[in-house]
Amino acid sequence: MSAAIVALTMPQWGLTMTEGKVAEWLKPEGAALVPGDELVEIETSKITNAMEVEQPGVLRRITAPAGTTLPVGALLAVIAEADVADAEIDRFVAGFVAPVAEAETTAEPAAAPAMLEGAFGRLRYLEAGSGPGVPVVLLHGLGADLGGWMFTQPALAEGRRTIALDLPGHGGSDKDVGPGDPARFIDAIADALDRLGIDRAHLVGHSLGGAMAAGLARRQPERVAGLTLIAPAGVAPEINDAFIQGFVQASRRKDVAAVLALLVYHPALVSRSMVEDVLRYKRLDGVAEAMARIAQVWFPGGRQAHLLVAEAAASGVRMQVIWGREDRVIPAAQAEALASAERHVLEGAGHMPHMEKAAEVNRLIARFLAAGA
Amino acid sequence: MPMKTIRQALNEALAQEMRRDPRVVVIGEDVAGGAGTPGQRDAYGGVLGVTKGLIGEFGPERVIDTPITESAIMGAAAGAAATGLRPVAELMFSDFFGVCFDQIYNQAAKFRYMFGGKATTPLVIRTMIGAGRSAAAQHSQSPYHVFTSVPGLKCVIPSNAYDAKGLLIQAIRDDDPVIFCEHKLMYDLRAEVPDEAYTIPFGEANVVRDGEDVTIVALARMVHYAAEAAEALAKEGIDCELIDPRTTSPLDTDTILDSVARTGRLVVVDEGTPRCGVAADIAALVAEHAFAALRAPIRRVTAPHTPVPFAPSLEKLYIPSVGSIAQAVHDTYGYGR
Repeated sequence: MSAAIVALTMPQWGLTMTEGKVAEWLKPEGAALVPGDELVEIETSKITNAMEVEQPGVLRRITAPAGTTLPVGALLAVIAEADVADAEIDRFVAGFVAPVAEAETTAEPAAAPAMLEGAFGRLRYLEAGSGPGVPVVLLHGLGADLGGWMFTQPALAEGRRTIALDLPGHGGSDKDVGPGDPARFIDAIADALDRLGIDRAHLVGHSLGGAMAAGLARRQPERVAGLTLIAPAGVAPEINDAFIQGFVQASRRKDVAAVLALLVYHPALVSRSMVEDVLRYKRLDGVAEAMARIAQVWFPGGRQAHLLVAEAAASGVRMQVIWGREDRVIPAAQAEALASAERHVLEGAGHMPHMEKAAEVNRLIARFLAAGA
Repeated sequence: MPMKTIRQALNEALAQEMRRDPRVVVIGEDVAGGAGTPGQRDAYGGVLGVTKGLIGEFGPERVIDTPITESAIMGAAAGAAATGLRPVAELMFSDFFGVCFDQIYNQAAKFRYMFGGKATTPLVIRTMIGAGRSAAAQHSQSPYHVFTSVPGLKCVIPSNAYDAKGLLIQAIRDDDPVIFCEHKLMYDLRAEVPDEAYTIPFGEANVVRDGEDVTIVALARMVHYAAEAAEALAKEGIDCELIDPRTTSPLDTDTILDSVARTGRLVVVDEGTPRCGVAADIAALVAEHAFAALRAPIRRVTAPHTPVPFAPSLEKLYIPSVGSIAQAVHDTYGYGR
């Protein structure tokens, strides 16, 4: 019966997304779908990204043709096996009720970031999910914020508590980074976990956040159930200094757009609204100083000075590393140095595999979490 | 992100800078809401409601309510700026600049130059511009072209609440005299405005919309009209790029010229009058530096060369409209076709 019929609906990417536009169908009606296939490109004011197939089946019906704009939760397509009758598909489409309509009638408020008063200033965080699973803490990279986990956090929040943190100097957190060195950041993260009552967690860190996660694992190994490091800093000295300097110095839209393009394999992922968000962040009081400080302490002379991941790997912490083959900020070849880690190099992704290959990264994290439980 | 009006954004910028820097003071008519008179203090927060709450937090020494004398306000502010304070003076209606222009144009604007760079004049003059309220010929003008033309003055014309806060903070931290023009019909416009302090550099235009067919440059309230026109034109297949210069002095000439180099067509929308105006200035810039790129004559959409009419029906005709902007785009887009 209809248990074999699956609705594909408009996703919600990030806190502010209320609707999205179907940009392009990458598979035609009737196509046999394999998990991991890119199915449809969705465009929001913030981002354009492909939705991937999560379970096998046949793309039986496209209800939202390219060009249509629909609210989050609205039906986009129907997936079912080939032997399900067309009439049943018709009934399913006719009877589909968008979950967003229900969500509006329930009193549950949409998740919003909260602030905590830490020992090193106020930090913003976004909490999602609950359950018996080991909590997951997400640490973003240089110049980013918790919004960068828009594809990751919702997928991990099933059955466990997840926290995405704005690092000091970033997002909605206080912009003072003090000396800006690893100790200061690791202190601030550990302090935040204390205040959030998280004794033990799986840490997911991207880029600079990956190095910080590894640093925390070295300092408090009992606290870290495992590490998922995505294109992490802290493995080897090499890093694209042009990116670091460009990001620190760019203040005009054109320059910011050019620098952000280095982050991704598919340039379409960098929307004008993403560029605008980075510009707005960089204009906040204290950000220029924080960025300059971090760049100077972590990447003096265009080389990485704190190889925290390499040290953590040597200490034997359970670790998986995910890299995009086309990473132009930190070369994917650095993964090879981490012999003790589980390593995944994803094709068709740059420095942002958790955005460019979100479904695959989510699967890898879920599997790693399950194996460690 | 919290939504705030332009009024709230300006009030927040003033309060945050006054907290950050004790040298920042506010001076003007009614900025404390009727000081020295019986009745409720700070009842309204200035005629515009922008300075509400400041006297309560910062006291009468830093929120200076003056008699109705623009020349005294500007003279006091220019002198205070030259001797160590960072005043934000209010010229209620920009139409009144005539009575105090010596202090601005021949004094404040000249100090840095005439004292060999040894003096700075960190003065901000907030002032109201714009037609649309039937406030008649003496309270409805947009004379920012006059301020723009004076070497030594900077001229800021925000079009939204986000820009208003960042540009006002930048103005207060700037070491030169800045004329900050606020359109009287836009105080209640809302946008996402961060609670934290931030600055938007002068001379950096905002590309409101990307497009390939026609470049539209618009200021203040005209940015919104032009955006509406561009939206409608997009449905007809005409793809407009919309540029809001944010500041006319300094002017972000690069962004305008780069855009025209791609589109080959320019429409400038300006609520000011056409002779020697900002639209004329930008048209001249493009004609001089991007002539080879132009595929059609430049079109200016401005008010006519007349005083602002009082009659609402005539005033409506006086102000550029969505329709007149769309018509100008059609003219330039259709040229030679």
